[in-house]
Amino acid sequence: MRAVDALMECLKAEGVDVVFGLPGGANLPTYDAFYDAGIRHILVRHEAGGGHAAEGYAKATGKVGVALATSGPGATNLITPICDAMMDSVPVVFITGQVRTELLGTDGFQEADMIGISMPIVKHSFMIQDPLEIPRSIHEAFHLARTGRPGPVVVDIPQDLSRADIPYEPVSDVRLPGYQPTTEGNQKQIRIAAKALANARRPIIYAGGGVVASGAAAELTELATCDRFPVTCTVMGLGGFPGTHEQWLGMLGMHGTRAANYAMDEADLICAIGARFDDRVTGKLSEFAPRAKFIHIDIDPAEISKNVPAHIPIVGDAKNILPRLTAEYRALGADPGRLEEWWSRIRVWQERHPLRYEDSTDSEIKPQFMIQALYEATGGEAIVSSDVGQHQMWAAQYYNFPRPRRWINSGGLGTMGFGLPAAMGAKVGCPDQTVVCIAGDGSVQMNMQELATCSQEGIAIKVFIMNNGYLGMVRQWQELFWDKRYSQVDMGQWPDFVKLAEAYGATGLRLDDKHTLVSDMKEALATDGPVLVDVRVTREENTYPMIPAGQPARNMVG
Amino acid sequence: MGEPATKEVLSLDELEAVSGLRTGRKHILSILVENKPGVLTRIAGLFARRGFNIDTLAVGPTDDERLSRITLTLDGALHPIDQVTKQLHKLVNVLKIRDLEPRETLARELAMFKVSADGASRAEVMQLCEIFRGKVVDVTKRSLVIELTGTCEKVDAFEQLVRPFGLIEMARTGEIAIARGRSET
Ligand SMILES: Cc1ncc(C[n+]2csc(CCOP(=O)(O)OP(=O)(O)O)c2C)c(N)n1
Ligand SMILES: [Mg+2]
Repeated sequence: MRAVDALMECLKAEGVDVVFGLPGGANLPTYDAFYDAGIRHILVRHEAGGGHAAEGYAKATGKVGVALATSGPGATNLITPICDAMMDSVPVVFITGQVRTELLGTDGFQEADMIGISMPIVKHSFMIQDPLEIPRSIHEAFHLARTGRPGPVVVDIPQDLSRADIPYEPVSDVRLPGYQPTTEGNQKQIRIAAKALANARRPIIYAGGGVVASGAAAELTELATCDRFPVTCTVMGLGGFPGTHEQWLGMLGMHGTRAANYAMDEADLICAIGARFDDRVTGKLSEFAPRAKFIHIDIDPAEISKNVPAHIPIVGDAKNILPRLTAEYRALGADPGRLEEWWSRIRVWQERHPLRYEDSTDSEIKPQFMIQALYEATGGEAIVSSDVGQHQMWAAQYYNFPRPRRWINSGGLGTMGFGLPAAMGAKVGCPDQTVVCIAGDGSVQMNMQELATCSQEGIAIKVFIMNNGYLGMVRQWQELFWDKRYSQVDMGQWPDFVKLAEAYGATGLRLDDKHTLVSDMKEALATDGPVLVDVRVTREENTYPMIPAGQPARNMVG
Repeated sequence: MGEPATKEVLSLDELEAVSGLRTGRKHILSILVENKPGVLTRIAGLFARRGFNIDTLAVGPTDDERLSRITLTLDGALHPIDQVTKQLHKLVNVLKIRDLEPRETLARELAMFKVSADGASRAEVMQLCEIFRGKVVDVTKRSLVIELTGTCEKVDAFEQLVRPFGLIEMARTGEIAIARGRSET
């Protein structure tokens, strides 16, 4: 059998039902195999779109996404999605073509050292050197992407090897002696953590994307509600705890709520779960949570004590650990009354500093209002992807995600252009759900071309562009920290998104009246096929509250 | 702070942060890796990316042809060693890492010194060489090449002593190490 046909068998054995890619010379054999392999292949218009679509698919479904590209420029176009998947721990297998082995190292046509270029931004990579290695490498790639701390894995296959004939036998095991993620969590440590929680007066749970990746949202709620622990999430963790729960403090970090950030600042015990103390969360590290001791639960031991020294480290899968922590905690019979004082302090912050904005007095749409309208129009039940910028932060603040895997954004890398293709991938993975993209007028232009893919494949995403005519987040920083010297942030009136949508075979709409916004949005959501909605919002509105970069939470402004 | 909340008292004040600490001494890491292309690049790249400084690095085969051993020395005053080893462990091709205990470790490196040695100084250099149990492996009218093995501290000491005579060139391998006694490194 040709190695590429074996590759198809391996993909099927891994349960792959869809891949995103674009062919070229070096992966022609692979594409010949796709011709009748019976695996859905979605032809994207740019490999970066395919990579982000695979991420969106993975984030929405929890399954491994797959993206393909040819050698050279095809492969390098995948670099941003690979890095994005690394930063946000997204399980994606990237399969790239490579020039024929005899050309390797000769600067052959479309040769790029993909393994070398991607090395710093992959969980692992495989350079195929013998066609016999292909089946095993593919399975190992999926195993690595999916297990432990998920992440991107690259498999680079030289063209001549991919068309070689090999005897194919299904592979049922992986041989990765250097890879044994710890998932259990040490019981003794769990017991100490329970005791610490029982003795804390001002505890808080700080949950990150690891809770979502682990599928431990229900277990987190169990833990939080076995007493009355306040909960905050990172931008990656949203949906890991219900955004409407009375113990929910809102997101923390640079654009988090004051209640969440102040509670972190004053806590005596912080229970970090699948979170990595990113600088957007900690602000000035030396002044971060100065009174707190830390329980740190993470599947990646290298995250523990990387930025903030942990007092009670627990390495393992949150899904295994949280129920045991809850059980241990319950057995201690702690007095919930001791948290009264803490809660009354938190309630004061919540009452004094809710998320707020000044609404317009005319028909102008404030960006925050736009998110609230979308929440209403979707009943809070959509899968929401977003791009990067102010609109992303407003979406994170105002769309109270009820469940995990409903919020799909680029947190670690902050990749403009992520939203539209990620929504496409999410919709392919969850065809029965409403999938919307909250896009920036700047960001959306970075992967706009995938609207053609959506039209061709009938992928009915609803893209709502928050159009402020600016690279808004950069404009905000220039306004606040650079004397209002707006340098290269005004994008004027272009393009005409409605016409563009039509050119791509999608429905284009323009909305600018707040009074009809909810019903107009509902209409857009009810329209068949892909829809692109140009929502005109206030041009110069700032995302608040905000911890200025490098400052402590206490210094929140706005 | 009022009554304890539970009978199982644990004072938060007594909890101590674990790891992330700098030891302040030199560390020798013995790393067993799969003998596959690109593994050294992955390790070197990791160190560069995370800003870990390698003092010396030596790579060679082991008794098992599928494995190589990388011996690294680095300064525990500059880096939290546990963070270094945890990051290394994330590399799939890394099988085993030992942070070798100095007292239970035999560490050696090989060094070659090209020293100018004419007339008067020659005898003196050769005497130093003898004291350090070095070997003269090349002689010309005006120079000697000395081969020396020992711990990196011994090689440093020798370097200091011959420098005044005119050190023309020096090449060092970096330390390799093995655990004392019967147990595996
Ligand atoms: C690929 C990329 N380039 C540049 C940036 C820097 N950046 C962060 S937010 C932003 C503005 C995004 O503008 P827009 O998409 O219109 O969103 P807005 O902030 O206006 O809501 C820019 C340029 C980035 N995050 N990603
Ligand atoms: Mg904008």
